[in-house]
Amino acid sequence: MSAVETNIQSETVVPPQTATPSNVAKMRGRDVCVFYGEKQALFDVNIDIMEREVTALIGPSGCGKSTFLRCLNRMNDVVDICRVTGDITLDSQDIYDRAVDVVHLRARVGMVFQKPNPFPKSIYENIAYGPRIHGLTRNKAELDEIVETSLQKAGLWKEVKDRLDSPGTGLSGGQQQRLCIARAIAVAPEVILMDEPCSALDPIATAKIEDLIHELRENYTIAIVTHSMQQAARVSQKTAFFHLGNLVEYGETEQIFTNPKDERTQGYITGRFG
Amino acid sequence: MADVSHGHIVAAYDAEFKKLTKLISRMGGLAESQLANALTAIEKRDNALAKTVKDGDKEIDALEREIESLVVRMLALRQPVANDLRYIVATLRTSSDIERIGDYAKNIAKRALALNQLPAEPLLRGVVRIGRPVQTMLKDVMDAHLQGDTGKAVEVWEADEDVDALYTSLFRELLTYMMEDPRHITPCTHLLFIAKNLERIGDHATNIAETIHFQVEGVALGERRPKADASNYATLQPEDEDGDDDDDDLREDKDESDA
Repeated sequence: MSAVETNIQSETVVPPQTATPSNVAKMRGRDVCVFYGEKQALFDVNIDIMEREVTALIGPSGCGKSTFLRCLNRMNDVVDICRVTGDITLDSQDIYDRAVDVVHLRARVGMVFQKPNPFPKSIYENIAYGPRIHGLTRNKAELDEIVETSLQKAGLWKEVKDRLDSPGTGLSGGQQQRLCIARAIAVAPEVILMDEPCSALDPIATAKIEDLIHELRENYTIAIVTHSMQQAARVSQKTAFFHLGNLVEYGETEQIFTNPKDERTQGYITGRFG
Repeated sequence: MADVSHGHIVAAYDAEFKKLTKLISRMGGLAESQLANALTAIEKRDNALAKTVKDGDKEIDALEREIESLVVRMLALRQPVANDLRYIVATLRTSSDIERIGDYAKNIAKRALALNQLPAEPLLRGVVRIGRPVQTMLKDVMDAHLQGDTGKAVEVWEADEDVDALYTSLFRELLTYMMEDPRHITPCTHLLFIAKNLERIGDHATNIAETIHFQVEGVALGERRPKADASNYATLQPEDEDGDDDDDDLREDKDESDA
């Protein structure tokens, strides 16, 4: 048996420790259950999101992967009937603790959504908004610098540097999505959550985002929900397969896609159900 | 081993798997009968049969090309993963092993044609003696491939050692004959090549067995591959009259190659 075996029956699902940049779990979920009213959407999820790695969450629609992703920066708080139990930690700190400032948490754990959603403002303002409200800069020069570096990290600088004052909504879909990633980066997050960031984009724009994810990995911890199995295989180091609210299998992406241990994982990724 | 050829949401994908399985089993079946016929052609000194084998290899080659293009098509269109991917890759590898086996059978048939022009050689049965276990290996390994039977594959893998041992002993026998009478050199050289071809077929069957293991288990078969025979490196000096010394020479060579 290879070293990449994971045991999903055990209390904790710790991914195998091979060739990871830091081998540190950035975020941890322990016995995470989520209820929407009476209905339970997630069942005792135990997972470690490793630092400076890309973790892909895959599974059929309604399996709970987006629900889980949204737990990681408390996006589910805004849903009235939603209740989360269990522990989720960021650097060993419970993010559902009463002392935690949710706004601050979401600055540390940024999010990019399925549909590009730039503010109806200029490209510059889209990026500058976050740093400004979080008080990250003291003057205009610093703010300018954050805008530039964020756009550069998102691979958008060259395309927009001459029209920073034009509206962000005027960009193409792929550019808008990279603008949203730049906006997320601008507040210096530690973790970036991406919920199907490429599903509204064409293949070229998708490739650019994937390339970007690959670069961002050097500095950020990334969790991505995707319906494209090929994308999960391409961009991630760890893959978690969710089914009917359960974390079925979690391990090295390569192992999941070449030699999955669970029948359900195999059935899903080979296109036999879902 | 879950059957790869059913259960996909896309039915056409299932159909492609069925076609791939059909092609590889036909290819394996052909290789088996080519080998059987080549051996019969030697045993019965049957020129017509040898010619049939010589011509029959084209069909195996054509099947290999067909499998190759189907595999490329499936990889491009379906992006297979997990057991599907392993099955497709395994089938592609197996097809190239079978293609080589077909070439060896053809070569044996060609040499049968040459041998049949010479006086009957008593050592023919030695070659047939290697042929039998090789045939069994080939048949078993193809069954194991179609059934995804790792246990059977490992048996084939282990049987290769016996074939290597038979080859080594035949090699020595042939050398002795050639030293006794130079007129034996031509037929014995042909027989030696035939024996080597059979031994190589065994190696390819072993490769297929390893491929099956990877296909089913997802991991390689490990390091304890049967040792290669030492006979290639064995030496017999014509002036050396003492048979016991010959034995020692061979034994030493084998030890060295094992170490």
